[in-house]
Amino acid sequence: MSDEANKGLLSPLRRKLLMGMAAVPAITMLPRASFAQAPATSAVNTTGLAVTDTEVTVGILHSATGTMAISETGSIQAEKLAIEQINAAGGVLGRKIKFIQEDGASDWPTFAEKAKKLLVNDKVAAIMGCWTSASRKAVLPVVEQYNGMLYYPTFYEGLEQSKNVIYTGQEATQQILAGLNWIAKEKGAKSFFFIGSDYIWPRTSNKIARKHVENVLKGKVVGEEYYALGSTQFNSVINKIKLTKPDVIFTDVVGGSNVAFYKQLKAAGVDLAKQPLLTISVTEDEIDGIGGENIAGAYACMKYFQSLDNANNKAFASAFKKMWGEKTVIGDVTQAAYLGPWLWKLTVEKAGSFDVDKIAAASPGVEFKGAPEGYVRIHENHHLWSKTRVGRAKLDGQFELIYETADLVEPDPFPKGYQ
Amino acid sequence: MFGDYSIGDLGSIFVMQGFAGLILFSVYVLMALGLAIIFGQMGVINMAHGEFMILGAYVTWMTSNLFQAYLPSLFSGYFFLAMILAFLASGALGMLVEWVLIRHLYKRPLDTLLATWGLSLMLQQAYRSVFGAREVGVELPQWMLGSLRVTDSIEVPINGVFVMCLTVLITIAVAYVLYMSRWGRQVRAVVQNRVMAGAVGINTEKVDRYTFGLGCGIAGVAGSAFTMIGSTGPTSGQLYIVDTFLVVVFGGAASLLGTIASAFSISQTQSTLEFFMSGSMAKVLTLLAVVGILMLRPQGLFALKVRK
Repeated sequence: MSDEANKGLLSPLRRKLLMGMAAVPAITMLPRASFAQAPATSAVNTTGLAVTDTEVTVGILHSATGTMAISETGSIQAEKLAIEQINAAGGVLGRKIKFIQEDGASDWPTFAEKAKKLLVNDKVAAIMGCWTSASRKAVLPVVEQYNGMLYYPTFYEGLEQSKNVIYTGQEATQQILAGLNWIAKEKGAKSFFFIGSDYIWPRTSNKIARKHVENVLKGKVVGEEYYALGSTQFNSVINKIKLTKPDVIFTDVVGGSNVAFYKQLKAAGVDLAKQPLLTISVTEDEIDGIGGENIAGAYACMKYFQSLDNANNKAFASAFKKMWGEKTVIGDVTQAAYLGPWLWKLTVEKAGSFDVDKIAAASPGVEFKGAPEGYVRIHENHHLWSKTRVGRAKLDGQFELIYETADLVEPDPFPKGYQ
Repeated sequence: MFGDYSIGDLGSIFVMQGFAGLILFSVYVLMALGLAIIFGQMGVINMAHGEFMILGAYVTWMTSNLFQAYLPSLFSGYFFLAMILAFLASGALGMLVEWVLIRHLYKRPLDTLLATWGLSLMLQQAYRSVFGAREVGVELPQWMLGSLRVTDSIEVPINGVFVMCLTVLITIAVAYVLYMSRWGRQVRAVVQNRVMAGAVGINTEKVDRYTFGLGCGIAGVAGSAFTMIGSTGPTSGQLYIVDTFLVVVFGGAASLLGTIASAFSISQTQSTLEFFMSGSMAKVLTLLAVVGILMLRPQGLFALKVRK
């Protein structure tokens, strides 16, 4: 639709462009009130994105159906909340955000197809989406080919960096190292037993964790076990844990297996108050299914917990519950998904443009002071500087914050010495 | 790997590991019984078996919520009522499905595969719309949690014992119904020769409906019991379906004894291997063994001789 508007307007367009460019530095200096007079569309959108004088369209691309809907529902909810709040505060460069939601249906080729549809047909200015690494890997070539912008919320295994992606979750070293350091110091832990689901994220994470345990902490990994995704029987591995008596059980089991694992651990008489367990895969969302009584006492290493005691988070949690129901819980990834639209808005305003190239270039250094997890900043490598936190699961399904790093942890998607 | 451990330690671990194998065995039998009845007696390949199980799990969840809200004093016993309700709900849904869908497809057994697969997708989406996409946590009464301490180092999970007892009871009941009762004789007569059974006055349609209902009802009970050891979400049923088919096909489709023998051999192989190697490797070897044996004996471990 914007093609039509641009036709035959070449010379006025150029004049407008010059005016627009001249205005950019002024705009960024002015406070929010000035957004009422939005900059001309032709100035902030030179690549034909779906931007009008009053609206800008973004895409939301998650699984609302299929196995992953369990996890991705929270992300969809957080992104919608963020968009609504941004609109209530005046939108982006004076334009309301309109979103088009597509369903990836837990199927990776569908994700790629829908991403292409959003970028080519709908010309969305950015996509908030994907959850599993598999879906991100499917979408990545599409956003790179059609030069889109993807805000990806999940903590993941690292080993990736793209001009067209902003990773709002933690990469593996940010999530694992500080947690291991803490538990080694606090509990004097020397021996670790790893158990994970059998796919790329747990395997890469455990590889990093093993190197850290052996080389840095000078400890020992007494067992490393993987179970197929969806496994529901863990009695054998629980017996092995009992036999090896590790100081710490370190887990990255995901999905329905998680529920089975903790229920059977509890049934086998393993008392998490006495046997330290550190997980990097259980958030408040998962505890809903596991049941607080089955996991109370376990430690989780995340960057966000719903119980974080700061003003940003209190406002966020109450707004979230108001929009999606009093009983809804907020997990780590849900919070990271909430950052996506906000970081995009801040970057657009910093760049003074919706153009993807300008946003990609302007992203490093963008800071979001209103983040529920506290302060975050985008790194040169398009990941976030953020804190690592350890929480202890309570009976009511919430975490109690036990430890947080003093400073923001630098994202390092290609960690040296850990590969 | 055993160098560092005392004889006592090893002894108790082997006892517990043996017990883990028995629990896995009961879980497999419980999963597969309903499917074995439907597949074995009717030749219908029910891909929606897992969804009938999850219906049972959701019924259990609702019952537990009701008891917590209105009858907290009786909460410790709600599970028994929940299992009966799960049986009724899944059984009723099963009979409805048979009447609407399956009975039109008896002459086209392969189409039942497609139809029930479609049904499983519809049920999953229905659960998602009704109960929400997130998993629900089923709260169990206190006495069902934790473990029995047999000696200092041997601990036996209570929910495992519960599942074992339940499996034994249900297997005996099913065996009685199929092999001792008048209705069971009718079912077997229909399996062996449908036309002849009809000719001697057996209402084959009614037999089919009740058989399908019984199979689905048992799936519901299994789902209810599995809230103790697994997750309850719209797609949780998918976690069980592969293992279930494996047990039924390996055992020989039409035989109750075959199902039990097959569940026993698969579970023991798997739990023994799991102890000596990683979980996913154990699964691979178990599956390889099953494939190898099925190549030699395509009809499964035990098969009824049926006139074709």
